[in-house]
Amino acid sequence: MGVKETAEAVARRSYGKLIAIIAARTRDVAGAEDALSEAFAAALMDWPQSGVPRSPEAWLLTVARRKLIDAARRRRAGEEAIPTLELLADEFDQSNDAAIPDERLRLMFACAHPAIDAGVRAPLILQTVLGFDAAAIASAFLVAPSTMGQRLVRAKNRIREAGIPFRVPERDELAERLEAVLEAIYAIYAEGWSDPAGTQARSRGLAQEGIWLGRLVVSLLPEEPEALGLLALMLHTEARREARRDAQGEFVPLNAQQPAQWDSALIDEAEAILFNASRMGALGRFQLEAAVQSAHAARRLNGGTDWAAIVQLYDAQFALTGSVVVAVNRAVARAELSTGSRGAAEGLAALDALTDAALAQYQPYWAARAALLARTGDGQAAADAYRRAIGLESDPAVRRFLQAELSRQ
Amino acid sequence: MQFLLLVYQDEKVMHNLPKEEHGRMYAAYMAYADALKKAGVLLANHGLAPTTQAATVRAPGGKQSVVNGPFAETKEQLGAYFLIEVPDQDAALSWAARCPSAQYGAIEVRPVWG
Repeated sequence: MGVKETAEAVARRSYGKLIAIIAARTRDVAGAEDALSEAFAAALMDWPQSGVPRSPEAWLLTVARRKLIDAARRRRAGEEAIPTLELLADEFDQSNDAAIPDERLRLMFACAHPAIDAGVRAPLILQTVLGFDAAAIASAFLVAPSTMGQRLVRAKNRIREAGIPFRVPERDELAERLEAVLEAIYAIYAEGWSDPAGTQARSRGLAQEGIWLGRLVVSLLPEEPEALGLLALMLHTEARREARRDAQGEFVPLNAQQPAQWDSALIDEAEAILFNASRMGALGRFQLEAAVQSAHAARRLNGGTDWAAIVQLYDAQFALTGSVVVAVNRAVARAELSTGSRGAAEGLAALDALTDAALAQYQPYWAARAALLARTGDGQAAADAYRRAIGLESDPAVRRFLQAELSRQ
Repeated sequence: MQFLLLVYQDEKVMHNLPKEEHGRMYAAYMAYADALKKAGVLLANHGLAPTTQAATVRAPGGKQSVVNGPFAETKEQLGAYFLIEVPDQDAALSWAARCPSAQYGAIEVRPVWG
């Protein structure tokens, strides 16, 4: 491996770790990012001559720390941070990577703090823990790059000014605070999942990054059932990535997928993790969502789907979250409890009971409605609902699938 | 806030789409406009005739001239617009992403002044 590749590999593996170490002490995330990028630039200059140091992380941390102290002196404004930064040198053995602790979890808790806007938590974690730039994050989350840049800057200012702590919360508030971290990770995963064809390497990458973050949280908090639940959920979902498209790249809905095309190793891992979580005796929304996916995955074993169990899992999820998304999913599951138009009518009744204004723009609601109306034989109403779903869809393959369904009405 | 979604695409590519795909695209467009309307965000929309029918007027220093064709020779031409009213830019971008033309060309999202 060349020096550049080594530096990049270290950057990838260590970026968030080093940001976490520095920012936890200065509370200045932007300053930590600047100093670290200067340190990486210095590494690219120095390492080709002197060779890659034995402890590259410690090397980078030392250089970044020095850059920060220089910057604080120059600005004078940041001088109060200097003693802290000087202490950093004594805190760890600067020649040994193994002595550098992993404080990324603290960083994630700061990024997903209640004082930070919920919408910017996932982008902030992508940037600080994984080093994604604002432009890449903006595309993934469908936000203008300049807007995303401003939001990230504002959030970092808030961390500094509001005195947001870099720590793992105490037991009594851990579950609630962890949920925000897990939600942010799931948002990262979901953005990657929304590119099912995997045509955009960047979004497929996001799904992988989400899973990676999920694994990181599990490794640092192995006793948290919801962290396990989220990881199981992501792995279950990921196991079906390839099966969502046929050889021609056309969309294949879950009920038409061949279980043989699912990734059984991922499903096995997800099942083991979920089982482990369930023994901890604290149910939560991610375990429930993972359990729904587990129930779908069971089709690979017995060819059938236990819709009654799925309805119950959605009932429990709805009781916890009151989410209209869950309510739509539950209505679809209810429709499967009875065959033909009777089941469809039950599902439709459940959909009709929903009044959330956001449904006007929620594609899955209209797609579900269309399929159920088609089952009741009301072709005209089904066609209207299909058209609505088509108009709200942004994935061309799903749009083609819905148009094909529409043409059958 | 009002936003103008300006749809740019290569007229030649659109003109040469296979008949079936062209029909699907047209139907998707109707569905898209309808979804905008039913969501209560659509203020106005039109498709534009191709730039072969365009003429461009200038009057530098009061000296007027007219030429055939569009204002700028570019790979993608303005082909349609949607004027929408949504809470913020994020919402405008998510509607732009749903426009069937995003698959073939580009949707420019511009806030409207005043």
